[in-house]
Amino acid sequence: MTTPSNAMPGSPLESQGIDSQRIALAPLSPTRPLYWSIRRELWENRSIYVAPLVAGVLGMLAFYINLFYLPRTLRAVPGMDPGHQQMMIAMPYGHLAWLLLPTAFIVGFFYSLDALHGERRDRSILFWKSLPVSDLTTVLSKASIPLVILPLLVFAIAVVLHLMMLLLSTAVLLLTGGVATLWAHLPLFQLELVLLYGLVVSALWHAPLYAWLLLVSAWARRATFLWAVLPLLAIGVLEWIVFHTWHFANLLHNRLLGFAWDAFNFTTPDGSAVDLHFIPVSLLTPGRFLSTPGLWIGLIFAAIFLAAAVRLRRSSEPI
Amino acid sequence: MTCIEARGLRKAFGTTVAVDGVDLRVEEGRILGLIGPNGAGKTTALNAILGLTPYQGELKVLGRDPWANRDQLMRDVCFIADVAVLPRWIRVSQALDYVAGVHPRFDRAKAEGFLARTTIKRTSKVRELSKGMVAQLHLALVMAIDARLLVLDEPTLGLDILYRKQFYDSLLNDYFDRTRTIVVTTHQVEEIQDVLTDLMFIDRGRIVLSCSMEEFESRYVEVTVHPDHLAAARALKPIHERQVFGRTILLFDRADRQQLAALGDLRKPSIADLFVAVLGNQNAAAQGAAR
Repeated sequence: MTTPSNAMPGSPLESQGIDSQRIALAPLSPTRPLYWSIRRELWENRSIYVAPLVAGVLGMLAFYINLFYLPRTLRAVPGMDPGHQQMMIAMPYGHLAWLLLPTAFIVGFFYSLDALHGERRDRSILFWKSLPVSDLTTVLSKASIPLVILPLLVFAIAVVLHLMMLLLSTAVLLLTGGVATLWAHLPLFQLELVLLYGLVVSALWHAPLYAWLLLVSAWARRATFLWAVLPLLAIGVLEWIVFHTWHFANLLHNRLLGFAWDAFNFTTPDGSAVDLHFIPVSLLTPGRFLSTPGLWIGLIFAAIFLAAAVRLRRSSEPI
Repeated sequence: MTCIEARGLRKAFGTTVAVDGVDLRVEEGRILGLIGPNGAGKTTALNAILGLTPYQGELKVLGRDPWANRDQLMRDVCFIADVAVLPRWIRVSQALDYVAGVHPRFDRAKAEGFLARTTIKRTSKVRELSKGMVAQLHLALVMAIDARLLVLDEPTLGLDILYRKQFYDSLLNDYFDRTRTIVVTTHQVEEIQDVLTDLMFIDRGRIVLSCSMEEFESRYVEVTVHPDHLAAARALKPIHERQVFGRTILLFDRADRQQLAALGDLRKPSIADLFVAVLGNQNAAAQGAAR
């Protein structure tokens, strides 16, 4: 009995309803399961947005205290050289960005480490697998959290908080004077652009790290942190014992922070070191970053790790 | 149309063979009970059918290879693999949203209707619900999916008798429409006896009995034998003998009912009685062969 015409005679209306529904609902956009899977991740892991928000609020508290000194700083600004002026005014905004970036990394790290482990631990994988969502979609939705969602979220939080800071500063300076100096020297658009750039390049550079963590979370039965970290440390130490070199350790160090020297120019044209509170747009080097072999090798590794995680998830069971 | 078709289905974990060359054919519109002791290979066989585990041999579910196309298969197949696999953090409303989001055949209004008959609140998290309520929620989600095959693996384990009864009642009254197929495994055999249309016993990875419930009722009969007729009854080769309150009850397969009626009181055996008889004989045969 496959067609409604010869279905149960007692309920022609019901079977017709079922059939028309089948026809109407059959085409489903392939991005819909991905969209809902990502929403699902945000429901389950509220730390994805709570942690950056808390970091942002802490940053704002520091900024409130800073507000007391703002009028004094602003009075000193006109006497400084132009580069220094911008830096002094942009500093609190930079501080906030520097608070949010490592927060996002830590959240992404622990999220990835648990993403494919938690669902096996609490047996809910049996529920997720009873729905028409492929393992590829599931792994991609989980990988997109540290690679896409967190950077976008951090960027949005930073922009909102920066605007709040600007409003607060303006309100304070309206009483004490110096609003014009603030608005004239605050490179807000540049700040946001550089932050977005920094978030994108670090996500791309860290992609193999997150993918490795996802792979371990799909594979390890327990102690995902140890399985993710100890083998890497062991290789480093072993290399030192055998060859007395630190190539692997340097490789890891480079994978954590190395993107900075490819993505930014840390010496200004006049040869002085750049102050990290405010990196002007002129010092971004996206071309150099994109032509770094390390970026592309890393992305290839990320793809391999994710493919392996998809394979593992296909046959993974509750633990 | 055939819903599930397996030929030589086999699955081994290392040296342990969980499913040992199973041939199986389930037609559409049947309610099949898969009964077996712990470790008989029921769950492994179901996992293969659901595309959760790779296997050897031939297997087609609704014409598809489950291992290769699990996600596509799950548009037409639904399963409750165990009680309490719903994630504990999810809210009832989120579960509805999610399934509605990813499943093209989910009828949200229908699920809401089922939930309205329970005391489950939309804002509750699964961790705040009792075990019975979680099973109700899962069943409401599954019944609102217009699937062609529903697989239930111990769906009522650990639930109290009220919830168990309710579970099968709503399954039959609100879900089963003779075009869908249901495969169910459970240890509470007596509760599904009247629900099933087909019966299958599985032991040590092999099917040891497979029949429709009509066949079951016409083939097997139990006789509470008068002590005087015991020798005569035994001569008719019962497949099983047991003692209850000092009386002997014999189980016959394809015996002459008129002849038996003269020896004692006839009655329909329960699935559990037949299960004990068939598996007991199997074990005896296996031990005999080993010797």
